[in-house]
Amino acid sequence: MNARRLILIAVPYMWLLALFLVPFLIVLKISLSDTALSIPPYTPTLDLSQGWEGLKAFWAELDFENFIFLTEDDLYWKAYLSSLKIAALSTCITLLVGYPIAYGMARADESWRPTLLMLVILPFWTSFLIRVYAWIGILSGEGYLNQFLMSLGIIGEPLTILNTNTAVYIGIVYTYLPFMILPIYATLEKMDDSLLEAAEDLGCSRISAFWLVTVPLSKSGIIAGCFLVFIPTIGEFVIPSLLGGSQTLMIGKVLWEEFFSNRDWPVASAVAVILLLILVIPIILFQRNEQKQREAEG
Amino acid sequence: MAQATKPQRAKAEAFAPWQDASTRPLIEFRGVTKRFGTFTAIDDISLDIYAKEFFALLGPSGCGKTTLMRMLGGFETPTEGTILLDGQDVAGVPPNRRATNMMFQSYALFPHLDIAENIAFGLRRAKIPKDQIAARVDEMLKLVQLTPYRSRKPHQVSGGQRQRVALARALARAPKLLLLDEPLGALDKKLRQETQFELMDIQEKTGTTFVIVTHDQEEAMTVASRVAVMDHGKLVQVATPDAIYETPNSTYVADFIGDVNIIEGAATPLGEGRYEIHWAEGATPLIGTTDEALATGAKVYLAIRPEKVAISTENPESRANAVPGTVHDIAYLGNISTYHVELANGAIVKAQTANTHRIARRDITWDDPVWLSWTDTAGVVLTR
Amino acid sequence: MNRFSWFNATSLTLGFAFLYLPMVILVIYSFNESKLVTVWAGFSTRWYGELLQNDAFLDAAWVTLRVAVFSSTLATVLGTMAAYVLVRAGRFPGRTLFSGMIYAPLVMPEVITGLSLLLLFIGIGLDRGILTIVLAHTTFSMCYVSVVVSSRLVSFDRSLEEAALDLGATPFDAFRLVTLPIIAPAVISGWLLAFTLSLDDLVIASFTSGPSSTTLPIKIFSAVRLGVSPEINALSTILIGIVTIGVITASLVSKRAVIRRQREEQAAFQT
Repeated sequence: MNARRLILIAVPYMWLLALFLVPFLIVLKISLSDTALSIPPYTPTLDLSQGWEGLKAFWAELDFENFIFLTEDDLYWKAYLSSLKIAALSTCITLLVGYPIAYGMARADESWRPTLLMLVILPFWTSFLIRVYAWIGILSGEGYLNQFLMSLGIIGEPLTILNTNTAVYIGIVYTYLPFMILPIYATLEKMDDSLLEAAEDLGCSRISAFWLVTVPLSKSGIIAGCFLVFIPTIGEFVIPSLLGGSQTLMIGKVLWEEFFSNRDWPVASAVAVILLLILVIPIILFQRNEQKQREAEG
Repeated sequence: MAQATKPQRAKAEAFAPWQDASTRPLIEFRGVTKRFGTFTAIDDISLDIYAKEFFALLGPSGCGKTTLMRMLGGFETPTEGTILLDGQDVAGVPPNRRATNMMFQSYALFPHLDIAENIAFGLRRAKIPKDQIAARVDEMLKLVQLTPYRSRKPHQVSGGQRQRVALARALARAPKLLLLDEPLGALDKKLRQETQFELMDIQEKTGTTFVIVTHDQEEAMTVASRVAVMDHGKLVQVATPDAIYETPNSTYVADFIGDVNIIEGAATPLGEGRYEIHWAEGATPLIGTTDEALATGAKVYLAIRPEKVAISTENPESRANAVPGTVHDIAYLGNISTYHVELANGAIVKAQTANTHRIARRDITWDDPVWLSWTDTAGVVLTR
Repeated sequence: MNRFSWFNATSLTLGFAFLYLPMVILVIYSFNESKLVTVWAGFSTRWYGELLQNDAFLDAAWVTLRVAVFSSTLATVLGTMAAYVLVRAGRFPGRTLFSGMIYAPLVMPEVITGLSLLLLFIGIGLDRGILTIVLAHTTFSMCYVSVVVSSRLVSFDRSLEEAALDLGATPFDAFRLVTLPIIAPAVISGWLLAFTLSLDDLVIASFTSGPSSTTLPIKIFSAVRLGVSPEINALSTILIGIVTIGVITASLVSKRAVIRRQREEQAAFQT
């Protein structure tokens, strides 16, 4: 039985060590290396055949040069800040769009709820790429939105939306909306209706009952939803590269270009390491919120 | 009102505003009907409830008692008829503008607020100055003995304490009328019994009118000044607990309140409200009384409470009614024993004796031939 | 009290219109005769025909499908093991690291996961191809599987396993005969999730694929960068159709199972 337990633990453990932790350590190591015109395009490479001396020489050559480079070139700072800004603003918009939908779902007739829930989950199973792609046809210069607005006579000239930050916001809100709706719906659906009746019985109008009871009680869902949108949005690549323009700065795109276009692996690795450091804070806050919610449910 | 100034202990005898035609009821239901789609939850009910009453709505689940109460709170509107509160029609008045407060079955305590904040919730809505709110919260916490727990969250206190928070919160606004929806349903039996007395105590102290919904007949009997027994959206009987128990107006009420033996038969008048009831072929007719005038041969039900039936090994000649049978089963409950006796026609009649001596006399046991007997006024003759 | 007001109805209508309108437009315009995607020129299935003639797309679809089947199956096995370890194995050295490694890939930006795996594969000299994509996809989707399965395991009544052991089953029998059938729905949805994640993935596949192993998302991405194309519209419609049928079938099957169960329970009460 103990051998079996060992295998059960060891197999997934080893897999994750080899394909998650080790690769990440490699990224960390390369971020401390120097760019070189060789294959692989960085030095030093660890040569174990040289034994202890080789290892010491290897250590000696690692430095923070790439990180210093990141601080000197303001492209990176701007990209990080702009990613954070885009992520934060689109999270707020997603919340404003998603909350009324989640609320409407939770207040809908019980027999309708599974269907509504399925309708929210369905896009989640549909290709992310296709959902982003769908907006290109809508937002482009001769796209459906401009055709529609011009046929109504609201605008005379086509609006330029595609390849701007506006298109990026639309794309993020659209693709991440289910992540906002689901946790909020989950908290609202669990809420006991008699709490609202009690609030009204104690003198609240419907609107003040909403602000004093419904919103505080869905707080954990709101927090979870916001993090579920905010965290992946920071490192987002597909949306800025398809809907954004040349002035759209997002760190995921920068990393991709650094790696594939410039073939600067050490700098790309350094970008990745900093991105992770930035993400650690919201991830820890998110975990704490989840923990609290689990404890509250006993 | 005159009743209010009398000493509280005398209340049981003196408090009976429903017998005084000059007293204006606090609540009047006038021909109220409530339908949900095709389902009629409340069927043309007219009912008066008086100030300072502890009024119980009693019935099985689905009888409409909760709907009737929710209409008082403003959570349902009648399909037909009017409800007057203190002489004012309450139609169209939303719950937050009514001088009623409700204690919910689930307690509906706000989980994100602590106990003091829960109690203060309604007061804050009423735009009362802060220091007055604080004083009132302290007063309510003291009333329900929860002062040490004031800054705990609802999930950090016991079920009985939550129940008291819900009560304090509902009472904090000093409502004219407090509605209690199965307030003790979630508590275990022992705690429920203690809490019943607390409820009565608090009702007397605050002088608030209480309307309680319950399916537990013992609870209704214990706390209420009057009980309304409901069935399928109708009121079956509205009376004081002792009247409901001793003179039920139907087999439904007799059966719902406490334990009862019901013997079906045909009546023959003997005069002065006494009737002979022919219940089985060849058996001696039973004697019962009723104020109703019944025709010869009318179908009647004789309802007798088990504790009014005596059991003996020999025929007690002195009693009006005596029937022979055999002991089918004995349930020993400690303080009392219930004998299930099978009569000649196969019917089972229960007889109860109090175990006043510590060592039980086991002179009657399974399969023994015995006699059951009761007086002519012990049973009630019912026509439905 | 009915709290479903016009406000709720409006927000639901607008919300679902926002979610579905782009896809509906995409589907409609995939049947457009014209090569100019945004100008309607009559109904046609022309682009579906052209798509089926396009070997590059078909090859990419075949690669994607193989990768998805292999990686989701492997991820389901590993993810279920990991879930069992997380919920049932109790304490062991390095447990915190283990659960950290299960949850971290869920929030890790794809660009980082892709980059790190690529650097690993280069470091150990593994040629990039279908195998490397399968390894990469397995690694991140096993974490999703383990989250789905462990949430089911947590709500699972442990005494059922204990009863099996009490009745003489070995721990492995208890798992095979009692635990597995009960967590099966979660395992299946874990597999489906892993399968869709793999089908859907662009970023990680871009890092870990070689020249001979282009997946469908990579192909779509390079086509889409150049703008809207009618063939991609047709391809998207097919993919949307498959997912819709899949999800609706799954929800109907589970709904029927729930209804049947309720009916059986009612019948059992009445007898």
